[in-house]
Amino acid sequence: MSKILIRGAKVLGGEAQDVLIDGETIAAVGTGLSAEGATVVEAEGQVLLPGLVDLHTHLREPGREDSETVLTGTKAAARGGWTAVHAMANTFPVADTAGVVEQVWRLGRESGYCDVQPIGAVTVGLEGKQLAELGAMHDSAAGVKVFSDDGKCVDDAVIMRRALEYVKAFDGVVAQHAQEPRLTEGAQMNEGTVSAELGLGGWPAVAEESIIARDVLLAEHVGSRVHICHLSTAGSVEIVRWAKSRGINVTAEVTPHHLLLTDEMVRTYNPVYKVNPPLRTERDVMALREALADGTIDIVATDHAPHPGEDKDCEWAAAAMGMVGLETALSVVQQTMVDTGLLDWAGVAERMSVNPAKIGRLDGHGRPVSVGEPANLTLVDPAYRGAVDPADFASRSRNTPYEGRELPGRVTHTFLRGRATVIDGNLT
Amino acid sequence: MMRHLISAADLSRDDAVLILDTAEEMARVADRPIKKLPALRGRTVVNLFFEDSTRTRISFEAAEKRLSADVINFAAKGSSVSKGESLKDTAQTLEAMGVDAVVIRHGASGAPYNLATSGWIDAAVINAGDGTHQHPTQALLDAFTMRRRLIGPDAGLGQDLGGKRITIVGDVLHSRVARSNVDLLHTLGAQVTLVAPPTLLPVGVETWPCEVSYDLDQVLAKSDAVMMLRVQRERMNAAFFPTEREYARRYGLDGDRMAKMPEHAIVMHPGPMVRGMEITADVADSERCTAIEQVANGVHTRMAVLYLLLGGNEPAGATTRTEESK
Repeated sequence: MSKILIRGAKVLGGEAQDVLIDGETIAAVGTGLSAEGATVVEAEGQVLLPGLVDLHTHLREPGREDSETVLTGTKAAARGGWTAVHAMANTFPVADTAGVVEQVWRLGRESGYCDVQPIGAVTVGLEGKQLAELGAMHDSAAGVKVFSDDGKCVDDAVIMRRALEYVKAFDGVVAQHAQEPRLTEGAQMNEGTVSAELGLGGWPAVAEESIIARDVLLAEHVGSRVHICHLSTAGSVEIVRWAKSRGINVTAEVTPHHLLLTDEMVRTYNPVYKVNPPLRTERDVMALREALADGTIDIVATDHAPHPGEDKDCEWAAAAMGMVGLETALSVVQQTMVDTGLLDWAGVAERMSVNPAKIGRLDGHGRPVSVGEPANLTLVDPAYRGAVDPADFASRSRNTPYEGRELPGRVTHTFLRGRATVIDGNLT
Repeated sequence: MMRHLISAADLSRDDAVLILDTAEEMARVADRPIKKLPALRGRTVVNLFFEDSTRTRISFEAAEKRLSADVINFAAKGSSVSKGESLKDTAQTLEAMGVDAVVIRHGASGAPYNLATSGWIDAAVINAGDGTHQHPTQALLDAFTMRRRLIGPDAGLGQDLGGKRITIVGDVLHSRVARSNVDLLHTLGAQVTLVAPPTLLPVGVETWPCEVSYDLDQVLAKSDAVMMLRVQRERMNAAFFPTEREYARRYGLDGDRMAKMPEHAIVMHPGPMVRGMEITADVADSERCTAIEQVANGVHTRMAVLYLLLGGNEPAGATTRTEESK
């Protein structure tokens, strides 16, 4: 078995230590470890984190292989420091049967760049009317634990209630895309002063907040856990904070772009800023950062949403919603949370690895960096500064809002069960 | 002068006054037996209309022809656009044909901005109405009409609308005319009041440089011009107001309400009017209503815009421009 010695890395941002990987596991952690028989990775000044776990990734396969495949998406994930991603269900066909989730699961295993855990649809065809065979998806080889109609809201209160109850039988969780559909008909951007000026259909914060309020109350009533996807408003933070204080079993995620960008960007009418939920205001951004720091928001998830060029190189209303994010997420989190002093690297590890693995009940990920644990590890150089170049992405799509923007930090190495998937920033 | 006209908010006070003054020059051309200037001879202007709008299109077309431009009308309906061609490809096709200006009407807010800034095309872009965003030449022709009526064609030259009180009534939420007018009238020093049921005002309107009222009767006596916006009957199906009759009662302009306006005050309407809804027939047909005059002024104003964007910035009467003076 091959040995790798990571020398002098700041484990979770703490003291410099050596970490010895032997085969698929961590064999030793300490100082002055022997490099005998091992490949050495010099990591002075770099931060070692448990491999990142994304609870919200769109890999697009099957059906939209023109924008991403499981292979290109997992390559992008590895570049971004992720060792596991949860593949959203809004593919063509929809991942609402055991057959489709097993296909995605199998493609992930074949890719070898990162673990792919399929998410199953809550309702047949994401239509919100009839429950999909949640049990069959759970019992399949894919072992689905997270269910979501993401892209669409499970807006029928009865269907949502039943889904929350039903998945308790196998410790599943429903991840809600909180968007009241009637309040967002024709919605194009956050409703506020900018939308009023630009003449773009408003997407009110209350459309998100009202669904979250309803769902935390439903979760309380039936004693289930519920996960809130891509929380984007200050009001949503208040509701989740209240629900947690009441003991409701709710978890929540925020995307990197909602931690950095505001609806002011839409003044350019550049569709790279078109995303669901929409970019909100500075006040919302600050509330989200604070909530991620204090634990009200449990995790950062990318909502990596690849789209082909023609779906973004057009007028705003005609453009698709979504941004790629796997390859820039950690840099955005460093800029908005670490470099601002809101979070240390241990906190980043919690929110980008430990907590998402817990919510997804994903074994072998989000584990401590200690002896005997699976060697799923990410090494990041926080001193790096560089402009984002979409041409350099491993993702098949280029729809990033950060083109040309200087972001801090760079993933230098990613290890999946002891095997390097990224070395010096390059895929293996 | 700028290269494109995308938003009324992009115009400085001096830009706007120059356009209005130039429009007065153009209006004089319309009084001549031969209503034509050679200013844009050899220049090609495309009227690229993704939305049906006969009025605006023929107004631009008349303006272009009076300036001797070569005019191409491109109605997207029934063309390759309706078969899925993108704005980008359409723009690049026009660019390849060597057009000098594109007058664009599009249902998507921001499409003219995209056209002007994306690098797809080198031509000057004139926004002829985009979604619920802007319709700057409408605001200019409205300002021109106000200045003529409230100050005078000659007395108004070089003047802005400082101190004039303008009331805009109706579906502000869905109106690019209202947005453009608020921007331009503010730039020209006028005091603007928007009147509408709260459902037809955008969230965020409180940051606009204007007053907002829900009560038409209260503001009529304090208005030098009252601009009525079209209200589509279908809005009632989306619960913006209960019934057509209730809307007309609370926000429609009838003879009794018009009588509350100062004697010099005018009634304006960008058209098309929905008689019996926002305006009664007796008001629409009264001497105080400038709707028809606005149509005529639209041609003068658009001539001025085309001339200044494509031709130059000297007074229109002083020069004859040809293709080599680009």
